[in-house]
Amino acid sequence: MAESNFDTRIDYYPTHEHKGIKYRRGHVLPFGATMVPNGVNFSIYSSAAFSCTLVLFEKGADQPYTEIPFPEEFRIGNTYSMIVFDLDFETLEYGYRMDGPFNPEAGHRFDKTKILSDPYAKAIGGRDEWMAPPNWENVYPHRSRLVFEDFDWENDKPLETPIEDLIVYEAHVRSFTKHESSKVKYKGTFAGIREKIPYLLELGVNCLELMPIYEFDEYEHSKTNPETGEMLINYWGYSTLNFFAPKSGYAATGKYGMQVDELKTLIKDLHANGIEVMLDVVFNHTAEGDHRGPTISFKGIDNNTYYMLTPEGYYYNFSGTGNTLNCNHPVVRNMVLDCLRYWASEYHIDGFRFDLAAILGRAQDGSPLNNPPLLESLAHDPVLAKCKLIAEAWDAGGLYQVGSFPAYGRWAEWNGKYRDTIRRFLKGEEGLIGEMSQRLQGSPDLYSTRGTAAGINFITCHDGFTLMDTFSYNEKHNEANGENNNDGNNDNFSWNCGWEGETDDEGINILRHRQIKNALTLLMVSQGIPMILMGDEMGRTKYGNNNTYCHDNDLNWLNWDLIEKNADIYYFAKHIINFRRNHPVLRNRDHFRNSDYMGTGYSDISFHGTQAWNADWSESSRVLAYMLDGVHAKNGFTTDDTVYVAINMHWEALPFELPHLPEGKSWHVSVNTDMPSPYDFHQHTKEPVMEDQYSCILGPRSVVILLGKKPNLTKKKTNLKTNKKSKK
Amino acid sequence: MNFTVTSEIKNSVAELTLSGSLDSGSASVFQAEIQKVAGNVPTEMVLRVSELSFMASAGLRMIVFAKQKLGPSVQIYLVKPQDQIIDTLQMTGFIHSVHIVDKYPV
Repeated sequence: MAESNFDTRIDYYPTHEHKGIKYRRGHVLPFGATMVPNGVNFSIYSSAAFSCTLVLFEKGADQPYTEIPFPEEFRIGNTYSMIVFDLDFETLEYGYRMDGPFNPEAGHRFDKTKILSDPYAKAIGGRDEWMAPPNWENVYPHRSRLVFEDFDWENDKPLETPIEDLIVYEAHVRSFTKHESSKVKYKGTFAGIREKIPYLLELGVNCLELMPIYEFDEYEHSKTNPETGEMLINYWGYSTLNFFAPKSGYAATGKYGMQVDELKTLIKDLHANGIEVMLDVVFNHTAEGDHRGPTISFKGIDNNTYYMLTPEGYYYNFSGTGNTLNCNHPVVRNMVLDCLRYWASEYHIDGFRFDLAAILGRAQDGSPLNNPPLLESLAHDPVLAKCKLIAEAWDAGGLYQVGSFPAYGRWAEWNGKYRDTIRRFLKGEEGLIGEMSQRLQGSPDLYSTRGTAAGINFITCHDGFTLMDTFSYNEKHNEANGENNNDGNNDNFSWNCGWEGETDDEGINILRHRQIKNALTLLMVSQGIPMILMGDEMGRTKYGNNNTYCHDNDLNWLNWDLIEKNADIYYFAKHIINFRRNHPVLRNRDHFRNSDYMGTGYSDISFHGTQAWNADWSESSRVLAYMLDGVHAKNGFTTDDTVYVAINMHWEALPFELPHLPEGKSWHVSVNTDMPSPYDFHQHTKEPVMEDQYSCILGPRSVVILLGKKPNLTKKKTNLKTNKKSKK
Repeated sequence: MNFTVTSEIKNSVAELTLSGSLDSGSASVFQAEIQKVAGNVPTEMVLRVSELSFMASAGLRMIVFAKQKLGPSVQIYLVKPQDQIIDTLQMTGFIHSVHIVDKYPV
């Protein structure tokens, strides 16, 4: 067999020279900078530029060492491409100058004095180390770089865990391990997360959803808090500089330019431990802001293509951040597709959560599309075929699509209605039993044809209160954000349990802990995909701040000492997560049929109240119980125990009559949130049988889970007790 | 600092001594040396790196290249790497591909 020999290929030899730099005509595709034998292929698109110049820097140099204009014959259609030879891959930084019209009314904002970052760059220099002071006089602050794409994945590939089996943990890279108490060596980095993989395993989650890790500028819109003197920054990172480049400042090796290797190693190790990786991706806007914002990349390359513009040439602002990416323009659509394919194939990412995804369904004039081509393309893309696609199905322009997001049989959604209903029910609002029954079943009212897995159930996320704060504050307390407490959501559906903020009142603290356990329990026994916010499993507080986007401090950093302080919450969280994993009847992909299609004498699901088989659907009701017949688990393809969940959100203890079980089975106690730790749950397979098989007492504001199964080998029996110390 | 590499084969063990800075400019030199010793089908590879002051991304890749070239059964030992090298290997996870030792034979 003949060996391939690039040296004999005539297309890898230079034909042109510019001040000692050798180059030749390049390949139009792929866009971006691609290593080829002896050189680098550069290719970029602009529909309205008159001309384009490639600008090359030595890493960190103040000024470029050369600028090579693309000869006219190198332009094919609206693309410019060339191969430049003998470049040092590790020390090269590159950008472009685009010459073209400056006519904002027509959508054009070309400025050839600016050096522009490549939209397809695979790494960006300039913010190599987190919060390292930048050179504000830099002629090119966010520099495109090359990366090696020859990572040794060995046998790794995306895990393709069935979506209904996922338990998602939403975390921020820096916040997760930056606190001193994390005790990891590389705090606040990808490498730091790797050190915490044993913790994630112990907790029982199997999907890590990372808040934005695309390169962003933490200094964007930075300001000083006038009251504290503290610097407020773009901490969360929901403002993308480049869609293909990982955040260098999140890598312990960012200063060496090895962030790609470090991130890939994290993903590989998470996969080796059965944990999927999902990215929170922000395609709705960029860091360039509106007409007053900086020109970094897209604005100077092809403003009219990349952004949604008003007829007057201003920026539509459906994102609430100044601009809106023009996602359904065919060129932008292809860039988004190329980007996600890149992350799925080169980084082995298992799924994506799309921030403000309703924007992805808007036309170029901002109107909602019935059949958005981008969403359809992503749904049917061959490379993304096994990736989870999850939409935050609303935007800042008022488009709210929970339950109606164009799904194409593939898309799931963050279920905002789940969050609101559960919170309102937990705080004791009445009139919610009917809606609660829908949420617990996987919201068939919203996703009747899409199945339970269309909904990502969550009670808390990075936006809004933590679980502890949901039960500690009636109002947001965002003064530290420097916006006079005007930012952040006002509709939190929270209840402080009797005192605003932290307290020494034992009764209030017991109630708060119980409410957290109630919330975690409802989340884990609901059909649909549960998502837990980082730290909720240990009672994390942000002291009532529901919008901590700008804080690089304890408001965001996870304090790992809380595991000890709130040990009861942590042990309970571990138990209830693993309870879900142990019971497939909680993880159906299809909705219940409300029928006995397996011939067991029991429906797949049945609803109850204080009386068995007679749920109280009345307006004043605050109680609900339901029973899942384990023989119907996963459409009868597997078998499980009978699971009975009773919820009492009344302020008084109430007796619940239990449904009868089939011959040979008896009720066992798994969870009773009314009991103090460690009696609030019983280990899997060691649940004690109930002495009274016909009724139980539920304490005020508490949840009980019983298992109907053949008796354990233990002879120990228990009565379901109520906690005499319970605060109502 | 200029990169240098020398090699010898002792009892089927390939021993390479590296010094200086291993980056994209010098990686090809290291790669050529790996290919040279690979021809002798060594059972182990020993990299004496106490005088190696820096290893960039391209250098890390040469370790992976060596592993792939020699096969998974051939163990790679790094003898007395400097702290910065160990740190880089740890942070990027490449440390799992090699054995860090103070002397060889171990």
